Amino acid sequence: MGRYVLRRVLQMVPVFIGSTFLIFFMVYALGDPVAALFGDKAPDPATAARIREDLYLDEPLWSQYVHYMGQVFSGDFGTAFNGQPVTELMAGAFPVTLRLTVVAVVFEMALGVTLGVLSGLRRGRGLDTSVLLLTLVVVSIPTFVSGTVLQYLFGVEWGLARPSVSPEAPFAQLLLPGVVLGLVSLAYTTRLTRTSVVENARADYVRTAVAKGLPRHRIVTRHLLRNSLIPVVTFLGTDIGALMGGAIVTERIFNIHGVGYQLYQGILRQNSPTVVGFVTILVIVFLVANLLVDLLYAVLDPRIRYA
Amino acid sequence: MSEPTTGTGLALGGPASHADAAAVGTGLSKKDTGPGKPRSLWGDAWYELRHRPLFWVSAVLLVLLLTIAAFPGLFTGADPRDGDLTNHFLTKPELTHFFQADWFGYDVQGRSIYARVIYGTRASIMVGVGVTVMVTLFGGLVGMLAGYFGGWVDAIVSRLVDIFFGLPFLLGSMVVLNAFTERKVYVVIAALAFLGWTTIARVMRSSVITAKQADYVTAARALGAGTTRILFRHVLPNALAPTIVVATISLGAYISAEATLSYLGLGLADPTISWGIDISAAKDAIRDNPHVMLFPAGMLSLTVFAFITLGDAVRDALDPKLR
Repeated sequence: MGRYVLRRVLQMVPVFIGSTFLIFFMVYALGDPVAALFGDKAPDPATAARIREDLYLDEPLWSQYVHYMGQVFSGDFGTAFNGQPVTELMAGAFPVTLRLTVVAVVFEMALGVTLGVLSGLRRGRGLDTSVLLLTLVVVSIPTFVSGTVLQYLFGVEWGLARPSVSPEAPFAQLLLPGVVLGLVSLAYTTRLTRTSVVENARADYVRTAVAKGLPRHRIVTRHLLRNSLIPVVTFLGTDIGALMGGAIVTERIFNIHGVGYQLYQGILRQNSPTVVGFVTILVIVFLVANLLVDLLYAVLDPRIRYA
Repeated sequence: MSEPTTGTGLALGGPASHADAAAVGTGLSKKDTGPGKPRSLWGDAWYELRHRPLFWVSAVLLVLLLTIAAFPGLFTGADPRDGDLTNHFLTKPELTHFFQADWFGYDVQGRSIYARVIYGTRASIMVGVGVTVMVTLFGGLVGMLAGYFGGWVDAIVSRLVDIFFGLPFLLGSMVVLNAFTERKVYVVIAALAFLGWTTIARVMRSSVITAKQADYVTAARALGAGTTRILFRHVLPNALAPTIVVATISLGAYISAEATLSYLGLGLADPTISWGIDISAAKDAIRDNPHVMLFPAGMLSLTVFAFITLGDAVRDALDPKLR
């Protein structure tokens, strides 16, 4: 187990370096951070040169990257262009987006697995067909459309939720945005669970469980579901990273000041330290989530052992 | 997508096939295949497809959408850029005036929403098709080479794919697009393709690995066939099916991504007519005039639905596992 984790962590290192270098390259090579800093005005040449020197912008890109990573690993993510340390922005933004992601994941898992099991057990019947059609419809509606429509219906028309979330962003206010964020993934979770349940329902161990007279709910929850969850958990691993990074649209609609908000502002204003810093953390979240998922396999399926 | 996360449609599970073994058995004696003559994979898939209502729904929708994209002038005589603020500011739709300029009402600039919905189709379809073609050609080639040759080629490609996967799709395309001041359709296509090729590469790689182990590949090699011939005549045709499915579903996801980017102000820009831009402009008027948003958003969702449903139906037809 320990050796397995160590090997996986070592395999993560090149991917981490590659992904962060890719975003570093895209931000610093495609845009001009110094020009962005001055907005519409032309920068004073001496000041511009000074900033270039401070940010190592005169050196080749790989050298800038090494400097940057050296700072990151000593806990310094640089300062945003308004003088605020990026770590301070992160401390404000990540808890909010984490809460939003938790709402989305709980929503898509609870509802998605339930719907998936129900339709998988009734394969080809009315419920199954309508659930499948519904998932196609849900996937087809982009988040920014469903978000705006649900915000209008729940927030304005029926007054059931706040159309705009307060800066503290407590769980209660994040319910509607969380549902919007998790909607597309809900469809994927439902379909994955369904496919997996349909395949496993014919398995020998299910027939054995039926033959030895176990009650139906026990067969479904203990035998069928547990074996069917592996593809769903795999999807969840990649989805957590995508949800946290993809909250840009949801956070913009509901005015939530989380990671997506900071990234959107950072990208529009070419605020390079903010963008690279936040993405670096998101890449780590993505890698760690995938590692945790692999370890979870062993819990779900005792046949999988990591020596 | 989405998100379109764009987790693109890889994760979609397959709906049940209603045709069981008996139906396939009777199909064998149909005239088009000839008695006793086994159908090929594609013939089999086509037989399956013809019996699915959802396939026909999406096929008809797609033909209609492609016609609209190619000849928007056939569907409306109104000018989508012609705004008449004095007479038509946020005029409500006239739902009985079929195909007239006021059918879907007018937007905040007094422009015919029906005309804008019709003329906006082209940009969405061009982005969707353009990205999919580029991604399938490049990602498919890279994935095929990695899967066939293995070794260090595979190691490099697989790591590169992992690296691109670590970066959220929407986020990456926003950063790339922000570097361009003039965002024409081809710029958006290039940016989405730059970040999207990895999905196809992964799918192609794994199906080529399966296909290259088949006996007919060994036989072809024993008969002295060259690498190029084996790759394109034997491996590729047998490894193509999953790629086609993922490409079709992704096409919908790319259309959705383009609209999302345009909505965020980082996609197509104003002289181009795009549903995403119109939806973005409509969000302030939605309270009293939901129609301004309803029609472009509905058309966008319908288009994405058509492509995703087609891909879904094709996947079911090609995947015999669930029959």
